[in-house]
Amino acid sequence: MTSSLLFNVTTLAYMASMIVFFAFLASKNKSLGIAGSLIAYGGLIIQTAAIALRWKESYDLGVGHAPLSNLYESVVFFSWTIILIFAYIDLKYKYRIIGAFVVPFALLGMAWAQLGLNTGIEPLVPALQSNWLLYHVITCFLGYAAFAVACGISIMYLIKAKFEEGASTASAGGLMAMFPPIRVLDDLNYRSIMIGFPLLTLGIITGAAWANYAWGTYWSWDTKETWSLIVWFVYAAFLHARFTRGWVGKRAAWLSIIGFAATIFCYLGVNLFLSGLHSYGK
Amino acid sequence: MISLRGTPLTTTERNFVHTVWDFFCSLKLTIFLLISLALSSIIGTVLPQGQLPPEYLAQISPTKLQIYTKLGFFDMYHSWWFIALLYIFSLNLISCSIKRLPHVIKFITEPTLVLGEAMRNSFTLKKEMTFSAPIDASQEKLAAFLSQEFAAPIISEHSGEYHLFSQKSAWCRLGVYVVHLSILVIFVGAIIGSLFGYKGFVTIVEGSSVSSIEARNGKQIPLGFDLRCDQFSVAFYNTGAPKEFKSILTVLENGQPIKDYTNVRVVVNDPLTYKGITFYQSSYGQATEGGEHNFTVTSRTGGNTERFAIRDGNVITFEDGTTFKLLEATPEVRQFMPEFSGPAARVEVTIKGKSPQTYIILKNYPEINAQRGDELTYNYEGSNAKMYTGLQVAKDPGVWVVWVGCILMIAGIFVAFFMSHKRVWVIVSKGHARMYGNASKNQAAFQMQFEDLAEKFSKLKI
Ligand code: HEM
Repeated sequence: MTSSLLFNVTTLAYMASMIVFFAFLASKNKSLGIAGSLIAYGGLIIQTAAIALRWKESYDLGVGHAPLSNLYESVVFFSWTIILIFAYIDLKYKYRIIGAFVVPFALLGMAWAQLGLNTGIEPLVPALQSNWLLYHVITCFLGYAAFAVACGISIMYLIKAKFEEGASTASAGGLMAMFPPIRVLDDLNYRSIMIGFPLLTLGIITGAAWANYAWGTYWSWDTKETWSLIVWFVYAAFLHARFTRGWVGKRAAWLSIIGFAATIFCYLGVNLFLSGLHSYGK
Repeated sequence: MISLRGTPLTTTERNFVHTVWDFFCSLKLTIFLLISLALSSIIGTVLPQGQLPPEYLAQISPTKLQIYTKLGFFDMYHSWWFIALLYIFSLNLISCSIKRLPHVIKFITEPTLVLGEAMRNSFTLKKEMTFSAPIDASQEKLAAFLSQEFAAPIISEHSGEYHLFSQKSAWCRLGVYVVHLSILVIFVGAIIGSLFGYKGFVTIVEGSSVSSIEARNGKQIPLGFDLRCDQFSVAFYNTGAPKEFKSILTVLENGQPIKDYTNVRVVVNDPLTYKGITFYQSSYGQATEGGEHNFTVTSRTGGNTERFAIRDGNVITFEDGTTFKLLEATPEVRQFMPEFSGPAARVEVTIKGKSPQTYIILKNYPEINAQRGDELTYNYEGSNAKMYTGLQVAKDPGVWVVWVGCILMIAGIFVAFFMSHKRVWVIVSKGHARMYGNASKNQAAFQMQFEDLAEKFSKLKI
């Protein structure tokens, strides 16, 4: 068995989970919702095993390192963290339908990684040979994943809010009745960001600590650093707007979506469009 | 009117002071600043910063160049307006804290012991129980119950009723202020670093030592000791990707090596610190001094082999008119050609009357060199050239302050997000008692705790 096979199985599992969630949306059959979650958890377990196996395989090749060293490995890890945070929210709040809006992000990541990226295990260049890599990448990506979940929930919020505005009659009720009440969606959006914000803060701080340890400057306004700070500012604005100015509901949902767009730009856009010190995406 | 300034403020002056104060205390300003900082930071990630590539400058018009330069866009994060934004940000933070902190501290140190009618009605968490015992005895029992199940209460008597007040984690209302303070602490650390520290660079040729380094602004800064590079080496993976850049360094004082700082291995991600100055492996190259490269040349027909030495960029002409130019050489070719290893040289050979040919001569693969069918075959024997190591140098006495700020920030965020100030009141009246609860955060989680407590409360036998 190879990790690559397991990653393919993972991708299929997330696809199955998404399809089952969509069927759940269409049919309103409760057991489909449970099935969707269970398939996603199964995928998570297989993916965990695959990541561990890839880690071991790198040792077998004599270039042992945690599988977090290039774009492929980071996208895979990102998918893993998205499902992990989804599982947490799912188990804690039990609004199954959220899966239909979050699992697609993870599937997109896995599909892109498996089909479009170079999957080879590469040795670690000197700049990445540090345990700080682990702390930095894990915290950042868990934060990103929480923002992805918040973004999915915000999209649900906007859809539901639009329907409630347009049709007060029961005509739209069928599908929309499956969504959690908008008050709950708003709260879950905030709760996901409450998970993501401290993690992103830790991610930025561990990155600064590493930069200081390896280069002697904790902050050099590198493009990726700056973009992570921009993302941090957006979510700090979200939190302040919420607590002190009562920005909830639609405006909060839009800020959350903008925040996630900035997050994705920070993660991928910076490497594609701008230049800097970070190695992912080369 | 008495004023500390001696003369009282006029109304307009007071209005002005108030306006400025209100401006800096405004939370709209906070959100505006956060968004402005986010948006303006984008500029520096889109426009190249620092020394600009000439290709970029060729693309923009002179007027644009002038405007951008005036606005400091090419060193944006140190431009006057960006720094000004950061100062306003700090002032905003300080003013808000000055304005609110006293209220919060008062809230913590002087809690609402007696629950008024209005507050009672505003709480959703409440429970009532009845008892037959006299009020004094019941009050004691209920106090004991609160001590055991929640927290020791403060008891006050108010118009014939007893108000029992217990609270937990009141201090966590300060979490937000710790977060805000931490931002200021980080700024202070950064300012200390920029005033009393420096960043610089130094190159040391193998076998030699330096006693000063060049700071970013071009100034020479004496180290106060000598740093010697004993050796530099690079290792590559089979794929040609670099595996390790390694300098062996020794610190010397008055020409004497310092114990524990002799032959120190310095690699990327593992620097050397001595007397607050840290040296980071950053670049390397072949030193120009002593850089002679040895080659042999063999004539296919004539048989005997001759040895010659040549420097980078130099040209040698052989008897038959063939010229031989050394373009560049490397002690390890793997980084460029993963399938080969060892020293290699790139040369340009011009046989008389023919056009120049450029090719690579590998030290470890003479058979490949011989495959070229020319009259003369060459082999590379390596060079006596020394390597130099390039080290980033940093001294930053403010860095500890920055880390303290970071730790405060994490701790503060944790407290502000995940802990809550929980309060429980029990109002004991004749024959019955009412319990109220409130939490500063995460009301849902507190509700469960309260319901648990209320359950026991209602079953109390008094
Ligand atoms: C100009 C700078 C800032 C000002 C003036 C400011 C001001 C405030 C104020 C007045 C509150 C409400 C406190 C309360 O009433 O309970 C608050 C809350 C908060 N601020 Fe800031 N803030 C600033 C920047 C930041 C930044 C950059 C962060 C980033 C971490 C931050 C994190 C927080 C947090 C986590 C809360 C708590 C929200 C809550 O749980 O109630 N603040 N801020």
